[in-house]
Order: sequence, then C-alpha cells, then structure tokens
Amino acid sequence: MAEKRKKNSDRRRPGADYVETVDAPDPVGRLSVKKTWKLYIGGAFVRSESGRYLQTADKQDNYARASRKDVRDAVKAAVAAQPGWAGRTAYNRGQILYRLAEVLEGRRDELIASLTLGGASDAAAEVDATIDRAVSYAGWTDKVHALLGTHNPVSGPHFGFSIPEPVGVVACVAPDRPALLGLVGAICPIIATGNTLVVLASELDPRTALVLAESLATSDVPGGVVNILTGSRDELAEHMAKHQGVRALDLWNIDGEAAKQLELLATENVKRVTRRLQPAEAWYDADECTSLTWLSSFLEIKTVWHPMGA
Amino acid sequence: MAIKLVEDGPETQSTHQRRRGERRLDFGTAWEYAPAPERPDHVRLRDRYGLFINGRWVSPESGKFFKTINPATEEPIAEIAEGSEADVERAVAAARQAYESVWSKMRPLERGKYVYRIARAIQERARELAVVESMDGGKPIKESRDFDVPTTAAHFFYNAGWADKLSYAFPGRAVRPLGVAGQIIPWNFPLLMAAWKIAPALACGNTVVLKPAETTPLTALLLAEIIREAELPPGVVNIVTGAGATGAALVNHPDVDKIAFTGSTAVGKLIQRALAGTGKRMTMELGGKAANIVFADAPLDQAVEGIINGIFFNQGHVCCAGSRLLVEEGIHDVLVAKLRDRMATLRVGDPLDKNTDIGAINSREQLERIEQLVQVGEDEGAERYTAPCPLPEKGFFFSPTIFTGVAQSHAIAREEIFGPVLSVLTFRTESEAVERANNTFYGLSAGIWSNKGARLFKLATQLEAGVVWANTYNKFDPSSAFGGYKESGFGREGGRHGLLPYLVVE
Amino acid sequence: MGTADGPKLAGLNGPEGRGALPPLSASPPVERVAIEERVGALARRSIKTTAKKAGLLLAIRMMDLTTLEGKDSPGKVRALCQKARWPDRTRPEIPSVAAVCVYPNLVPVAKEALEGSGVHIASVATAFPSGLSPLSIKLDDVRRAVEYGADEIDMVIDRGAFLSGEEQKVFDEIAAIKEACGDAHLKVILETGELGSYDNVRRASDVAMYAGADFIKTSTGKIQPAATPAVTLVMLEAIREFYFKTGRYIGMKPAGGIRAAKQALHYLVIVKETLGDAWLTPELFRFGASTLLNDVLMQLVKLETGAYQAAEYFSRD
Repeated sequence: MAEKRKKNSDRRRPGADYVETVDAPDPVGRLSVKKTWKLYIGGAFVRSESGRYLQTADKQDNYARASRKDVRDAVKAAVAAQPGWAGRTAYNRGQILYRLAEVLEGRRDELIASLTLGGASDAAAEVDATIDRAVSYAGWTDKVHALLGTHNPVSGPHFGFSIPEPVGVVACVAPDRPALLGLVGAICPIIATGNTLVVLASELDPRTALVLAESLATSDVPGGVVNILTGSRDELAEHMAKHQGVRALDLWNIDGEAAKQLELLATENVKRVTRRLQPAEAWYDADECTSLTWLSSFLEIKTVWHPMGA
Repeated sequence: MAIKLVEDGPETQSTHQRRRGERRLDFGTAWEYAPAPERPDHVRLRDRYGLFINGRWVSPESGKFFKTINPATEEPIAEIAEGSEADVERAVAAARQAYESVWSKMRPLERGKYVYRIARAIQERARELAVVESMDGGKPIKESRDFDVPTTAAHFFYNAGWADKLSYAFPGRAVRPLGVAGQIIPWNFPLLMAAWKIAPALACGNTVVLKPAETTPLTALLLAEIIREAELPPGVVNIVTGAGATGAALVNHPDVDKIAFTGSTAVGKLIQRALAGTGKRMTMELGGKAANIVFADAPLDQAVEGIINGIFFNQGHVCCAGSRLLVEEGIHDVLVAKLRDRMATLRVGDPLDKNTDIGAINSREQLERIEQLVQVGEDEGAERYTAPCPLPEKGFFFSPTIFTGVAQSHAIAREEIFGPVLSVLTFRTESEAVERANNTFYGLSAGIWSNKGARLFKLATQLEAGVVWANTYNKFDPSSAFGGYKESGFGREGGRHGLLPYLVVE
Repeated sequence: MGTADGPKLAGLNGPEGRGALPPLSASPPVERVAIEERVGALARRSIKTTAKKAGLLLAIRMMDLTTLEGKDSPGKVRALCQKARWPDRTRPEIPSVAAVCVYPNLVPVAKEALEGSGVHIASVATAFPSGLSPLSIKLDDVRRAVEYGADEIDMVIDRGAFLSGEEQKVFDEIAAIKEACGDAHLKVILETGELGSYDNVRRASDVAMYAGADFIKTSTGKIQPAATPAVTLVMLEAIREFYFKTGRYIGMKPAGGIRAAKQALHYLVIVKETLGDAWLTPELFRFGASTLLNDVLMQLVKLETGAYQAAEYFSRD
C-alpha cells in the first residue's frame, strides 16, 4: 500500500516519467499523462502568445517562454485586478494569504519534488520556510496601517491623517535561488497591501514557480493579482521596466550595467525602483524578510484633510 | 425708500446660457481700496552675493555672477554667484567634512537645538524675509507674510523636535543618517522649499548642499545669513546658487549620498536617469494636474473659495494647484457664474501691496509658457474667460483665466500650466468623476467638495493622489506628509514619513 | 412645500419665490471652517488713507443708532436723536446716521426729535427680543409702531419654532407681519446666536427673504454671540443667491457687538467683495450699533490730525 502510494506520487511528480533514453513500453502498463507548463496570467494558464518554449535544466519538462506581448498581457491582467484587490478589506486579504499558506501546505510534497528536481539543496526546508513566510505576511495585511499611518496634528481647524495605500501594479524580477522561497518572499510583501504584480520567475527553476501558480489558482487569491511569467530575464526585464502601466519595479540580484539599463527605462514614468542584492541564505532570515520596510517599499502615503472647526 | 438698481453691464464673453439672465453683480469703484504697500525700507540686501560654503561667503571660482530681477518691475535686485562644478566640489567636500567630523557625532538633542535656533531666527526676521520673497519671486506679500514665512519657521520647529526621537519613528529598527544630501529646489516657494529640504535633513543628522532656483535665490541666501547667526557648524549647510548646470554638477557628484528634488516632472526624470544604477537615494516632488471635484450637494460658495484658492494661490505656480475643475453637470453653469463673479474681485498687481491677491508671474520665460498654453487652449476650441482685472504696465503679469468646454483630451486638461489658468470639465456620476480625476499621469493632489461624509471618504481612497483635500484646498502643515503618486514623484516630505528619505533604516 | 393660499407678496418677481416656503434644496449647506477662513482673509485687507476715510463716512451713513434698554426714557432717546442728526457738531461734513432704533413706545419721541432730518426711525416689534407671544399680539405690536411713525420695523423670528422644524409657521408669521408693516420696511432678526449652526442661519435667511423680508438682520443684541463677520457672510451669500433667483435686492444688517471702526471696515470689505457696489449703500446695508459711532468719529479725527484720540473728547449719548 505504502509502496503504491509512493509510486502514485512519483507519477504525479512533474516530469518524473521522462527519461533520456526511452525503453520499450511495458505493454500492460499505463502511460502517464505529461503536463504542459504554462504561464499564469489573469488566473488562467496560457501558452506564450509567441508559441515558444524552453526546456527545464533537468530536461524533464517543457515550459512556456514568455514574450514581450505576454508581459503586456500580464500587466493588463494585473491592472484589471488591482482595484478589486485593493478594495478588499485588509482582513480579507489576510485570510486569503493564510489560505495560500494552507494550500501550499497541502502541496508540500509536490513543491518539494519540483524544487528537488530543479536543483534545490534542501527542498523541504525551503518549502517550510515558504509556507511560514505566507503565514507571516497574512498577519501583516491589517497591521501596516497602524504602523505607517499617522494622525497629523495640524496647526489649524482641520482633521488630517496620512495612510498607506498600494502603489498599484508592480513588476518583479524574482531571484534565481531560492526559487520558491525567494518568489513567495518577493510576492507577499507586494500583494499583502493591495498591489498586484507581474513576476518573472527564477531562470534556474521555473517549473516550481508554475507549481506555485497552480497553488495560487486553487487558493482564494483572485486571478490577476499574481501573474507569473517564465522565460529569459535578459529578454523580458526591459519590457517590464518600461511598461507605462507598471508603477514600481522590484529587482532582485540585478547589478551593474543591467541594473542601470532597467533603472533608466524605469524613469519613463517615474517608477519607484527597489533593487536589492541578497544571497540565497539570507531569505531564511524571517525577521529581516518580513520587516515593515519590505512592505513600505510598495506603498504610497496619502494625506487627507478635512475641516473640523476649532 | 427707493432702492437703486444697478444697470446691466455689457454682455459677458460667455456664450453659455447664463441662468441668471441679466442679473449681475457690479464689483466696481463705489468704495476703492487705497494703495497699501509694504515698505521694503527695513530690508538689508547686498548688491552681490557669493556662495555659502563651509560657513563662509566665497566667490565663485569662475568669477561669474548673474542678476536676479524683480518680476513685478523687471529691475535687477542683486547679483548672484554662478556656481560651477568646482564650486559644487568645494561645497560637497565641506558638507562631507562637517558630516564626518561634527554633525554625525553630535548628540541628537544638540543637533535639534541648532534647528530650533534657525526656526526662531526666521520668526524674528519674518517681515524682512516676506518682503524679499515677494520682491524676488513676485508672490503677493499677504501670502509670503501669512503663509510662506510662518510655515518655513514651522518646518524647522517641527523637525527640530525629531532630532532626538528618531528611534521612535521606526519602531524596532535602528536608523542612521545618510551622509551628504544634495537638494535642488524650485522658484515657486523658494524659502519654504528650502525649509522642507534642510530641516528634516539636519534633524536626521545629514549635512546638505542646497541649490536654489536661479530666479529666486535671495531668501535662501538670507537663510544662509540666519544659519551663520545661529552658529551652525561650518559646512553643515552649504548653499550654491546657479542654474541647471550647477544642479547637474550636484546630481552627478559621486560623494553625494542622496538627491532631493522639487521641480518639474521633465527635470525629475533627467535626474532619475542621471542616477540610474548608482544606488543613490532620491526623493522627487514633481508636477501635478490636480482635479478639484465639485458635487451638486457641495457647500457651493465655499467650494468657490476653494477653487479660487486652489488655482490662483501663488499665481497658480503651485505643483498641487487645483488646475482641473471637475463639476457635476447640473451645477456647471451656476458654479461658473459664481467663479466669474469671484474672479472679478481678484486684485492683480504689485506684489508688495497688502491687498494684492495675485502678484507677478515669476519670470518672462514662465509668462511665455503660460501664454503659449492658453493659446493652445483657445486653438483647441475651449472657451476662454479672463477676469477684467487691470494689469500693471511693467513686469510679468497674467490675468486670472478659466476655460470652459474643456475636453479631457485638450492639452490644457493634461499639461501642467503652472499659472493662473483653470480648466473646467464636467462629470455626471461619482464613478465618472473618479475616472476623470485619475485619468492623468500625475498624482500629486486632489480636492473633493460634497456634503456627504461617506462620499468624501470613499473618493479620498479612490483618488490616485498623495494629498486629498476634502471640502478644503491647499492646506499644508509640517506634521503632514506631502508627495506624489505616479509621475508626480516619490518619497514624502513632512511628518514622520518625511524623515525616511533622510535616514538609513538598518 | 409652501402653502397654496399663503399671502401674496408684492415685489417678488422671480418665479421661484412667489410667497412660498422655499424647498430645503434652495438652502445649500455651509462649510463652517471655510466661511471663517474667508472672513479671516478679508479681515486682512489693508484699509488706509482715502479708503479708510470714505469707508468710515459710509459706515456712519449706514448706522442704525440703537438704544434698547428697559431704562430707556424720552430724554435718553432725544439725546440719541441729536447724535444721530449731527454725530459731530464741530464737523459739518460728518453725515447723519441712517436711523435710530428704539422700542415702540419711544417712536413718537424719536419722530419729533428727528423731524426733517432724513434720519429714519426703526422700531423693534413682535415681542422683542424673544418673539414668544401670540401672532395677534405681534401684529398689534407692529401696527402700533407703524402708526406711531416707524419707517422700519425690526421683527424677531420665533427661534423656538424654527429650531423645532416649524419653518412654515416662521414663514407665515413673517409674511403676516410684512403685510402689517404696510409701507414700512421690514427687517427680520434671525437671532443667529441662538440658531446653532451656519446651516440654520442660511436656512432662516432664505425663509425670511422668501416670506417678504426687506432686510435680514443678525441679532437682537441681547444674546451672545451677536453679529459676527462669518454669520454676516453666510447671510450675504443667501442674499446674493436670492437676488440671482428673484431679482430682488435684500438688505443686510449685522447688529450687536460691532464697537470698533476697524470692525465696521471689515464688514464693509465683506459686503464689497461679496455683493459688490449695489449693496454699499444705506438702502441695503446697516450697522445696528450704539457705541460704534464714537469710535468711527475718533478714527476720522485721527486720520485728519494724525493724533490718536481719547474717548473723553467725544460726547456719549
């Protein structure tokens, strides 16, 4: 029984049936069904409009290679989803992020399998940290305002306050490693406060990002809030940086001339750019990676005045 | 008792059906205000100003000076040093030295005490500063006297108190100053912008190099005198005057840790480009095209005041000016008629006259830009109404103007005019109002006028603007964050949020 | 809204205002802070030299010199009338005031004392200052004052009725009293200090104007706060709107608490910049005051001589 379940789980594992040399099929066995790994845009799984694909490094799977137009479509979905997502109560967003953690826990084995295949050193630890990251951010959604908002004691007969608000649509280039923790760790501070995003997944392990996409699709995160692209950073990042509908850019581990070029493109519509260099192990520092400053990078502060009388 | 009826005046330029028919108010000469000039006799200005570097007045290395003129008379007031790259180098070096040797090591409360001293000295010299501000920039004395100068002092006073309380500003995090801040400020609120920049920078423990705008350097130079009198350690504040090239030298200087800029979106983008990939910190307070939204249930007469104040305050040279009036369709004609009546009472003229409401346009260049955009407005088919205010013969003046029949696609509904020119558009529903208000790449400010509390709060959250004024307009306070969404910039000035741009949060 | 068979009022030429209680929508809300901000800004107008002199002389011409005390006597009223005719005997260029304002019983005394002066006689009526008597008594009060020779009637509204929502009752009373006035001009005192909000001041102004008031007036002088610049501006805005809707020119009278020349000039600035030239006349603007006149006289002398004046050099009547 135990052996059988293991075998089933192996079969479910992405690409587990693919081998370099094809043996003669077992005439009485069952042929497994292979999955096409697609982009996650607007809550749907779509092939690249370009029709292009890439093969994972482990050569087990093919996945869609997003194009400039996929960036466009993803931003469009993020723009459409943003007011609704920001319009939900902070409590509701917290519940949804917690639900995401629940769904990730349920897909734990699958995530570990994909990460392992994708080259992660300690996949189980990474998945655990990822789930905990989502839980931590679930708790942030309705705390940010108390910490970043102010009542302003203005010297006049007015009532004034300043409150954090989402910046809008964020484009994020996720770190290569850790492929899952880095991705979820980058997504959560962006979406917790009501932003939506387009994220370009790790080039080293894009499949795990798409397993995450399946988790998102079966969680309560509305379609379009998180849009996941896989493909080439060199090709796509510039289109993310110069898209006029994107309000902020979140760049991980990009430096030098590449960073300069992206920041130059970002000036076209005065994007807020957050660029950080962070070694893989730093993502396990939960205190640092769930700090308030991570959230505040993707917030505007809005000041409201109303007359009150002396 | 006989009641005297006013005779009907000439036809207005309007082709709108004026609901009020022939009835009109006559803001004429029955009782005229006599001239009430603020006398500049207590002002002490030098003929020529050098650069303020390392606590001393020094000559520019190039030996070049330019004239700053009074835009109301076109007469030169003083000669101002043109700072070069070499001068910026000296100033940054002085700031760095002061940062390393004194300012970063000083006990925070002592730092704060210096800033308090500056605040007090500004209050003492308030009248002089107000007069010079109006002479150099053209703004009415009532504004420099009642707004610019008192608010300048308030900013120093407010931020001074933060110096020894920074650890409370970011709970759970250690903070430290950035180092040397380069600050570039515009000509619309010359002294106040200097305060917005210098006060938080000093309170947070940074040293600064400030570049004032070339048309309005004088009050910053008076502030340098005040800083000297306050015995601020040399090099903590350096003021380098000049034009664009001077600013560029500051932006490109490798030893500047941060650039804070207030000015146009176009120049802001240039600076952002120059700093791309450098990792230097930036705050950008850029342009705006604010919607001032008036619903039919609004307190209309007060809304009129808010609209007038929103667009004509400081000749409309205000980045957060309410330059797009969005009116609920049903009250458009009534509101426009009220606006015209109100515009007829505006007094345009000598900035130093205490009864002047609208002073001089800051420069010939700006006047030409306003005239050009107004021409575009006419060419695009919007209907222009210009208040019948007599203008002085000399100097740069522009009569308060409103355009009706403006479409969302017109240039005057999209571009920042930065002058006393209002574009009036209409909407039918609340959601349409929000959509139109947000239909711009700017996002600095917005106004809402309505008697419904729920609507005010709903719109306040839906408007993409850093400042939302509900049933009021153009209110500012050092305790309140100010700054833009979208292409109106990023970072905040004022309040606790205004400290963040001058600190590293560990 | 309104009564079909309400009194027909002469002079209302606008279709919206023919003797009916105006709908609530006719009275827009008033934003308190903004109103106060506006009058605050107007207070900073600098009125100097020729403007000051012209303004002060105009203020005298707009004055309703008032005595409304229980201890008022014929002697006191006669003295006041002397002052009203010739505010400063040594300066013939100083004009007479607009009116004296007294209780009904003293109207005959004033009439005699002001014979041929052109100074009007205003009388408070309608159970001044509370207005809490039956309508028949109020009407009687008014008719008697007119009969005694009052040119102008300063009535009080029933604030209790207004505040309890009986606008129609207030409206009908004003309309009835207007009818009782005959040729006398009717000033309707709202007693703004008891109305509780600017919204109510605005509403009461509209009720009064649509019911037939020739003037609206802030206060009796018996309640604090009496006239304020902000309340006056709210009422001027109501007058402005009424003018645009009906074409009728309604007068304004702030009363109570206006003691200094500087205050009077502030009020004139508010009138000038809200309603314009047409209202800068005693026909349409009055100050209800008793001690203001002497301060205005002192300021005029100061303007003339350059020396600050002292109270003992001016007669107190």
